[in-house]
Amino acid sequence: MQNLTLLDGQKFDITIQRLCRQLIENHNDFSNSVIIGIQPRGIFLAKRIAEELRKILPSSTILQGDLDITFYRDDFRRKGEQLVPNQTRIDFITEGKKVIMMDDVLWTGRTIRAAMDALQAFGRPEKVELLVLVDRRYSRHIPVAADYTGIEVDSIASQKVVVSWKEADKEDRIILINE
Amino acid sequence: MGLSTRHLLGIKDLKVEDIQLIFETADTFKSVLNRPIKKVPSLRDVTIANIFFENSTRTRLSFELAEKRLSADVVNFSASSSSVSKGETLIDTVNNILAMKVDLVVMRHPYAGAGVFLSKHIKAQIVNAGDGAHEHPTQALLDAFSIREKYGDVAGKKVAIVGDILHSRVALSNILCLKMLGAEVMVCGPTTLIPKHIGSLGVKVEHDLLKALNWCDVANMLRIQLERQDIKYFPSLREYTMLYGLNKQILNSLDKEITVMHPGPINRGVEITSDVADSKQSIILDQVENGVAIRMAVLYLLAGQAE
Repeated sequence: MQNLTLLDGQKFDITIQRLCRQLIENHNDFSNSVIIGIQPRGIFLAKRIAEELRKILPSSTILQGDLDITFYRDDFRRKGEQLVPNQTRIDFITEGKKVIMMDDVLWTGRTIRAAMDALQAFGRPEKVELLVLVDRRYSRHIPVAADYTGIEVDSIASQKVVVSWKEADKEDRIILINE
Repeated sequence: MGLSTRHLLGIKDLKVEDIQLIFETADTFKSVLNRPIKKVPSLRDVTIANIFFENSTRTRLSFELAEKRLSADVVNFSASSSSVSKGETLIDTVNNILAMKVDLVVMRHPYAGAGVFLSKHIKAQIVNAGDGAHEHPTQALLDAFSIREKYGDVAGKKVAIVGDILHSRVALSNILCLKMLGAEVMVCGPTTLIPKHIGSLGVKVEHDLLKALNWCDVANMLRIQLERQDIKYFPSLREYTMLYGLNKQILNSLDKEITVMHPGPINRGVEITSDVADSKQSIILDQVENGVAIRMAVLYLLAGQAE
């Protein structure tokens, strides 16, 4: 097994900062926008971005929630293992808001499809955008594209992309694993 | 990680980890039930048959709602309006239903062990919605879940189950479930309505209601099951109410605030008066609400291991 580091250290920070600046270009002071991280790993990205935005825009209220998509997945009863839900924490109204969904890795697109479905249970947003840290290109099962992308990676199905976070894994790092 | 059992026939088939998993999943479903859209698509390719050989209102409605909230296809069957009244056997009835490609059966039956019997003869998964005076596992789970919700934990709580213990499947399932989760359990009622060897389940026995209420944190008042009493177990309902009925006066006389539960349907004025049933100490309606979340969790976890 050979691991390849795609992004870490200062470059990782710069990527997060760039994504924040891109969001500010489109969402100004975030008065009508909310951030939703997709469980389980997208919430680290959403929390980090929300935290950085609060530093850049100290007078703005940045709303951030966690969305669990377990009950909306299309591999229930097919995966061979029990799908156990995570927590959903959305303490604000999404109706009429611009929602920015965030996940660490965009691969087949099925997670995002399920997230779109799950999001509907909270109301009808004005607009939904997608931000991902890693876009594994050319591997979609469903026509999904991100509005904001940290890095793009060309990988094959047997490879795995893992994002580590300081908060949970002691370091910020994106690794490509060959199995 | 999933349930250690393929069917839910009784609490005795579950492990503590199973109950914790059901509770954690039910927590999530409870939040789903409080959203603007109270439905998830998890069981959209699952067909569930609710087979009720005995009357039921809340359990059947609760299961049906849980199934619909999970997007399952649902078929309902009542023995009173079916070919059972023409002499068809249980196996034949269920096999006919299964031939219509049913994945999961929720069954209530007047005879103890009907679910176990069926599980040995058919492929579909079975959820016991009450079998005679034996077990009613989802009721026990929702009762324990309601206690956990009220107090944060079931362990260490003192629960008195009051009334017709002899005929009650709710009592047996509750005792097993609460003991597994670390609660202390007492049964209270007339000598004739308490099984002789109930103490072997590790419960205290008390015949004085006031003593039981002074001991407990939670009083679960059972319904007097007149339909199961072919002989007289007590002289009159009036006398039963005088000795074992819970009213506001008794509640107010206690030097602490206990929580009142009732599995329903309530015989108002018999085992519990209206002012107690509708008081803020009563969590009867919370039990009903939690019933849907618990049944969603059970069906979701069982269906998830089907293939």
